[in-house]
Amino acid sequence: MQSTTHAAPHVGHHDAHHHEPGFLQKYIFSTDHKVIGIQYGLTALAFLLFGFFLMLCMRWQIAHPGKAVPLVGPLFETLLKTTSGNSAAPGGVMNGELYNVFGAMHGTIMVFLAIVPLAFGAFGNYVVPLMIGAPDMAFPRVNMASYQFYVLGGVIMFASFFIPGGAAQSGWTSYSPLATTVDTHGQAFWLVGMVFLITSSLLGAVNFIATIIQLRAPGMTWMRLPFFVWAQFVTGFLLLLAFPPLEAAGVMQLMDNVFGTSFFLPTGLAVGGRVADASGGGSPLLWQHLFWFLGHPEVYVLILPAMGVVAEIIACNTRKKLWGYKSLVYSVLGIGFLSFIVWAHHMYLTGMGTKISAFFQTTTMIISIPSVIILTCLFISLWGGSIRFNTPMLFALAFLPMFGIGGLTGLPLGFAAADLHLHDTYYVIAHFHYVVAPGTIFALFAGIYFWFPKMTGRMMSEFWGKVHFVGSFIFMNVVFQPMFIQGMAGMIRRMADGGAGYSHAANPTATGGLSHSMISLHSVILVGAVGLAISQIPFIINLFYSIKNGRKIENDNPWQATTLDWQTPTPPPHGNFAHEPHAHRDPYDYSLPGAATDFTPQNQADPATKH
Amino acid sequence: MDIPYTSTARPDTGIYNAKVGIWLFLASEVMLFGALFSSYILLRVGALPGDWVHGLLNIPIGTFNTAVLITSSVTVVLGWAALQAGNFGRYKVYQAVTILCALGFLGIKSFEYREKFSHYEVWLKNPVTVKHGHKEVKTDRVLGHIEYQGHHPYFWRTKTLADKKVESFKIEVDPYHYSLSPKELAHARAESKGHKHEVLEIKSSDVKRLSAFTPSHGPYFAIYFTLTALHALHVLGGALVIFYIWGPGAKMWQTDPQRYMNRVEVSGLFWHFVDLVWIFLFPVLYLL
Amino acid sequence: MSDKSHSAHDSHAHSPEEISRHVRIYIIVFLALLVGTVVTVGLNYLHFDSKAVTIGIALLVAVIKATLVACYFMHLISEKRMIYVILGFTVFFFAALLVLTLSSYGDLPEMTTTR
Repeated sequence: MQSTTHAAPHVGHHDAHHHEPGFLQKYIFSTDHKVIGIQYGLTALAFLLFGFFLMLCMRWQIAHPGKAVPLVGPLFETLLKTTSGNSAAPGGVMNGELYNVFGAMHGTIMVFLAIVPLAFGAFGNYVVPLMIGAPDMAFPRVNMASYQFYVLGGVIMFASFFIPGGAAQSGWTSYSPLATTVDTHGQAFWLVGMVFLITSSLLGAVNFIATIIQLRAPGMTWMRLPFFVWAQFVTGFLLLLAFPPLEAAGVMQLMDNVFGTSFFLPTGLAVGGRVADASGGGSPLLWQHLFWFLGHPEVYVLILPAMGVVAEIIACNTRKKLWGYKSLVYSVLGIGFLSFIVWAHHMYLTGMGTKISAFFQTTTMIISIPSVIILTCLFISLWGGSIRFNTPMLFALAFLPMFGIGGLTGLPLGFAAADLHLHDTYYVIAHFHYVVAPGTIFALFAGIYFWFPKMTGRMMSEFWGKVHFVGSFIFMNVVFQPMFIQGMAGMIRRMADGGAGYSHAANPTATGGLSHSMISLHSVILVGAVGLAISQIPFIINLFYSIKNGRKIENDNPWQATTLDWQTPTPPPHGNFAHEPHAHRDPYDYSLPGAATDFTPQNQADPATKH
Repeated sequence: MDIPYTSTARPDTGIYNAKVGIWLFLASEVMLFGALFSSYILLRVGALPGDWVHGLLNIPIGTFNTAVLITSSVTVVLGWAALQAGNFGRYKVYQAVTILCALGFLGIKSFEYREKFSHYEVWLKNPVTVKHGHKEVKTDRVLGHIEYQGHHPYFWRTKTLADKKVESFKIEVDPYHYSLSPKELAHARAESKGHKHEVLEIKSSDVKRLSAFTPSHGPYFAIYFTLTALHALHVLGGALVIFYIWGPGAKMWQTDPQRYMNRVEVSGLFWHFVDLVWIFLFPVLYLL
Repeated sequence: MSDKSHSAHDSHAHSPEEISRHVRIYIIVFLALLVGTVVTVGLNYLHFDSKAVTIGIALLVAVIKATLVACYFMHLISEKRMIYVILGFTVFFFAALLVLTLSSYGDLPEMTTTR
C-alpha cells in the first residue's frame, strides 16, 4: 500500500506564532510525546546500564570474598565513604555496608529508574498516541513535567552514593526499623527521590489514561485498540491507584527519619544494644503493608507493557491476527483488578493468621489464571503463522518461555507452606529476575529493534542484533538458573559474603548449611554475568551507530504492520497525522483472504484488491 | 492537528479532557489520604490503653477553621456559576473570597501548630500528686506549659535538659491528662475552669522523658501533623492555582472563554476535594 | 479546528434559570454543611458510653457532609458514567487496603488469644 508522503516538519496549525523552535525547546524542553518518549528511553537505558554495573560488582565480590574489585576497586576506595569518613571499600574490597548499598540501589534503580520509565514512559509515550491516532498526549506540558520529575528523582538517587555513609542500604523494600536506624542520610535521599519518581509516575498515569479515553481517533473503538494500548491503559491505572499509599508511607518514613516520629518504630526498640530515643508506639508491619500494596501492582507495571510489545511483534511477524484478542483484553483487565488484592503474599512470614493468609493465597492463585491465558494466547498465535525470524521476533519469542519459567516458579512462592522454605532465598531472586530480566527486558529489546526504524528512518543491524540475542539468551539463563538451586538449598538473599558464613567449610560440625557446590555456583553465575555484559556491547554500539549509519528504510512501514503507528511519516512530525486518521478495521488484519497484500492497515477502508 | 476536546466534550464520554484528568488525579489523592487514614486507624487500634492522645486540640478554633473552608468551598462554586452566567466581575469577587479564606485557614493552622510546640508532657521517674479537676491523683505523667528563666520555651526534649544544662524547671500543670476517658476529661476541664493552674518545680534528674506536642511525641501527634500538614500543602497548592487562574491567567476569558470556564471548574473540583478531606480530618483528629 | 463553539453536549447549565436554580442549591448545601458542622461538634459533647456509637455518629455526619459536597459542589450527581466507574474502583481499592490490613493485624495469634 502506498504510504503517506514525507511531510514538512510542521503539520497542523499553531494558533498564533509559527516559528521554528530553538534547540532547547525542541530537544530539552519539548512537549512532543515522541521527544519525551526518546528522552525517557535514553535516560532509562543509562540507568539500566548503571544498575547492571552495580550487579556486576556485587556478583564479583561474592564470588571472590575479601579480594579487591578489579578496575573499579580503587575508585570505590577513594569516592565512597562511611559516616566516620573512612573508605567504604578499603583496599578496593567492598565492605558489608557498601554491598548492601549496591544491593538496595540495584533493585531501586532497575525497578523505578530503568524498567518502568522504559516500558511505560518511553514506549508508552512514543507509541500510544500514534497507535490510537492522536496528535499528542492529552496534556503535553504535564508530560514534560513528568519527565523532569523523573530526572530529578534519578539525580537525587544517584547523588546519594557519594554522601558519607552512602546511599540507602536496607533493600529496595526499605523495611523499617532498619531503614531509619542505619547510619546514613542515604535513606532520606531515597525517600525524597521516591517522592519525585512517584509524582512523575502519577502525572504520567493521568496523561496515559485520559489520552486513551479521550483522544482515540474516530472509528477507534475500545475493541479495536491494539493490545499494546490496553496493556498501557491498565498499567496506568495500576500506577495511579497503587503508588499513593507508598507515597504516604514514604512521607511517614521520612518523618521517622528526619522528625523523630515513630510511625514504624515499635515500643521498646533497641538499636546497637541501646534503647532507641523514640516514642515508640508504631508498627513495622504498617510499612510492609503500605509498601507491598504498591509493590505488587508494581510488578504488573513491569510486565504488562512488555506483554503488549510482544503481542504487537508476534502479530506482525506471524502475518496473522492474534489468537484470542477478547481473552487477552479481559485477562489484562482481570490482572489489573486482582493485582490490588494479593499483596500480602510478600508477607506470609510476618505472623499473619491463617484466615487472612488463606485469603491472599487464594487471590494469588486466581491471578495466575489470566497471566496463563495471556501467555497461552500468545503461544497459540504462533500456530500456522508465517514466522519471520528477525531480531525483534527472536526476542519476543524468547520472552514466552522465559516469562513462563518466571511465572511458574512463582507458584510455590504463592503458597504459604512452600514459601516458608523459599521466602527470602535465592529462589525468589531467580523467580522475579526470570520474569523481569529475560522476561520484560527481552521484550523491551524487541521493542527497541522494532520501533527504531519508525523513530530514525533506519534499521539496526540484523547481524549484530542476532549476536546480541544469542549472547543475552544464553547468559541470562547461566546467571539465573543456578539461583533456583541455591535457593532451594537454603541460600538466603542479601548476604555480602555470599553465604560463606553459613558454609560447610566455615562450620564443619554444624548440620545443614551451604555445601561447597552451592557456594561455587557463584563463580558460574559470575561467568554468566560477565558474558551477559559482553553481549550488550554490540547492542549499545548498534543502537547509536545505526542512528546515522543504519540501512535506510524504503518506505514508512518497513515491517508491513497494520497498526496506525506505522501509517505515519518517518519520523512522525509534530502533530503526527496530516489529517485526523479514521480506524476502519480491527488492529491485526493480516493475511485477509482474497486481499492482494498480506496486511491491511487499520486506517484503510477496504483491503487491496488483486488486479 | 490540534489536540481535540480541550474545550468541548467528547461525544461518547460526554466530558472534556481536563475533567477526566482531574478526576483521575483526585482518585489518586483518595488513595493517598486513604492510606494515611488507614494508618491512623491501625496506629490507634494498636495503641496501649491510656497511650492514645485525645482532647488536646482546640475544638472551637478547629470548628471555626472548618467553617472557613466550607465557606471557601461554596464561594468557589458560586464563582464558577457566575462565569457560566457571563458575570466576570462577580466571579472575581467570589474567587477573591476563596483565596482569602484559604489564607485564613492556613494562618489559623499555623497558630494552632505553634501553640502545640510550647505545650509539653513530662514523664517522671517518680509519681507526683496533681489535681485533675478537683480530684487529687498520683501520676507519673503530667501535661503543661514550661517556664524557665522567665520565658516559655519551644521544642524542648529530654536531650535539651542535658544540652542546656537545666537543673530544674517550672511547669504550669494542666488539670487533666489524655489517659482519662473523654467524659472524665471534659468533666475535669469543666471543674477547673477559672482556677489558676498549679505550678510544679521539677528537677531534671527526675525526668524520664520530656517532649513538646511535636510529631515525635507519639503516634497521635505524628499522624496529626503529617495529615494536617499534607492537607495544608494541598490547600496552599490549590490556592496558588486558583490565584493564577484568577489573576495572571485571566486573559483567557477574552480569548477562549469555554476553556477558561473549564479551568475554573477543574481547579474548583480540586478545591472541593481538599474541603472533603478536611470534613473527615476534623472529626477524626479533633473530636474522636 | 477552533473549539470556541459551545457544545450542546455540555452537561452544565447555560440558561439563566438553570444557573440560578443551581445557585440556590449551592446556598442550601452550604447552610446544610454549616449545620452539619455544628451538629457534629455538639454531639461530641454528649459523651456516649459506647465507642462504636461515638465513632459511628461522627463518621455518619462526615459522610453526609462529604456526600453533599461531592454530589452538588462537585456535580457528581449529574456526572458521566465513566467518572463513577473510576471512583467506584478507587473506593473499592481503598476499602481493600483498609480492611485487609486491619484483618491481618486482627488475625495475629496474640490478637486472637490474649485480647
